[in-house]
Amino acid sequence: MRGRTILPNVLAIGVLGLLLYLAEQYCDGYQTQILNLIAINIILALSLNLIYGFTGLFSLGHAGFMAIGAYVCSILIMTPEQKDMLFILQPAYDWVMAAHAPFFAAVLAGGAVAALFGLLVGIPLLRLGDDYLGIATLGFAEIVRVVANNMPRLTNGALGFKGIPAYADLWWNYAWAVIALYVIVRLLTSNTGNVLKAVRDNEIAAKAMGVDVFRYKLLSFTVGSFFAGVGGALLASLLTTIDPKMFLFTLTFNVLMIVVAGGLGSLSGSVLAGIGITVLLEWLRIVENPVDVLGFSLPGVPGMRMVVFSLALIIIILFRREGLMGMRELTWRTIAGVFSREKA
Amino acid sequence: MPNDIILEARELTMRFGGLLAVSDFSAAFPRGSITGLIGPNGAGKTTCFNMITGFYRPTSGQVLLRGRPVEGLPPYRLCHAGIARTFQNIRLFNNETVLENVMIGRHLRQKTNWLETLVFTPRSRREAREMRTRCLELLDVVGLADMAEEKSSSLPYGAQRRLEIARALATEPSFLLLDEPAAGMNPQESEDLMGFVRTIREAFGLTILLIEHDMKVVMGVCEHLWVLDYGQIIASGVPEAIRSDPAVITAYLGEENAHA
Repeated sequence: MRGRTILPNVLAIGVLGLLLYLAEQYCDGYQTQILNLIAINIILALSLNLIYGFTGLFSLGHAGFMAIGAYVCSILIMTPEQKDMLFILQPAYDWVMAAHAPFFAAVLAGGAVAALFGLLVGIPLLRLGDDYLGIATLGFAEIVRVVANNMPRLTNGALGFKGIPAYADLWWNYAWAVIALYVIVRLLTSNTGNVLKAVRDNEIAAKAMGVDVFRYKLLSFTVGSFFAGVGGALLASLLTTIDPKMFLFTLTFNVLMIVVAGGLGSLSGSVLAGIGITVLLEWLRIVENPVDVLGFSLPGVPGMRMVVFSLALIIIILFRREGLMGMRELTWRTIAGVFSREKA
Repeated sequence: MPNDIILEARELTMRFGGLLAVSDFSAAFPRGSITGLIGPNGAGKTTCFNMITGFYRPTSGQVLLRGRPVEGLPPYRLCHAGIARTFQNIRLFNNETVLENVMIGRHLRQKTNWLETLVFTPRSRREAREMRTRCLELLDVVGLADMAEEKSSSLPYGAQRRLEIARALATEPSFLLLDEPAAGMNPQESEDLMGFVRTIREAFGLTILLIEHDMKVVMGVCEHLWVLDYGQIIASGVPEAIRSDPAVITAYLGEENAHA
């Protein structure tokens, strides 16, 4: 079975590479930015889907893990001179000044520190069920934000970081998206993935089958936190500026929206919705501009696109609760199936 | 203690607040036996199961597995130690396929972890292949091999029960508890079940304890019976003796069996 998927996978990566090359040649800055956001949103959606869609852990802490990844990565890639200029409230800690790493290592470190926090907060929090877990993880994300606001020697407080080196280009972002997709797909298609789904579907039966439920929840939560941290790190380098206000609950909400729209428990759904929603969010900027309708000119309302989006989410929940893909996956086999059906 | 006793319950008592669900349940299960636990609804049979399998921590008393006390251990530890169970209301992993359900049961005997599958280590690939083969064999034993790729929730009721047993067998238990395996089965299916229970006992070297209301099954397959009523053992013995035990007749088998 593996032999049959390895060729299409290599081809797909080749096609992706070609598309990225073309995008680099022909896309303007704005379009490139959207393409970059797509990759990062895919990473974030995959990681939340692992936690929520596949393991059933209702976590609202994504923005917190992203913030950790973003700050760690930024501190590591900024030069000492930059940090010297930035920390005007209070001088940075010496180790913050000294810390430096190449971009790949910095992103990895951002993910690793986020994963460490995932592990540490997971140990007490994952004993909670359902909604309680949601509230507690939301609280964690808020704590991260408040701490970032109040530790000027580490995070430069409310001013945040500016002029973070913009290493996160199309190649880096899509490479990380492919890594995230690969790791999460391999995890979920292994027997460990079956066990995670078992924990989601029937915790009692899973226990009776010898599953140490808590350990597997912690595994999923930690791996998910890692990629949330990676996403945050890439986002920091892409936007070149971060501050605590960026990591509000709305950031988690955006990711959650992609996951739910794509389908809880469908990785291909997360990828497709990651592309679709990122593009739609940009298109919908039109509704925030002043428009002329039948001779009336309506003033532009900032934030209007979020209203439209929330409505879209309500409609999804009402009429297609399982999202775009439900729990189905788009595999090479199903794609081949569609084509052979068309021929027949 | 004779070492052919695989599991022993000593004065197990379970209290939920003011309610005494089970009191002083003592029973010993010799290796290779098929034992029935019967009694009217609400007698405390499933509570006994839950205490033995670690879902409830007994208020007092002991569970000895091969002579070692195991009461109060979490269910997954007991499963590792060799105790597997099925549920009265079937609890399958509904979004997974039949084969995946059995694979999940098998995972606790798995030696490679998912990190090895990331880099395709030969060891993990070999084990994945072996596990798949072994699980398909188990499905063959319960007659579900040709449904391996179906979603487990799409199976008919009787097949779901058998899948639950296959999943329990995948954990390589030495002691298997079946909670009403014949519930919802037609007479032919329960007939097959009796043969099936004996077959798996032989094939897997199991000791089996089952809760059942279908007296035909109980009398047909069990070698020893324990009868519970209001949380207390009111009788125990071979099926023939239980059938004519006056206390059992009044408590459980009821009037229609009194003149049979």
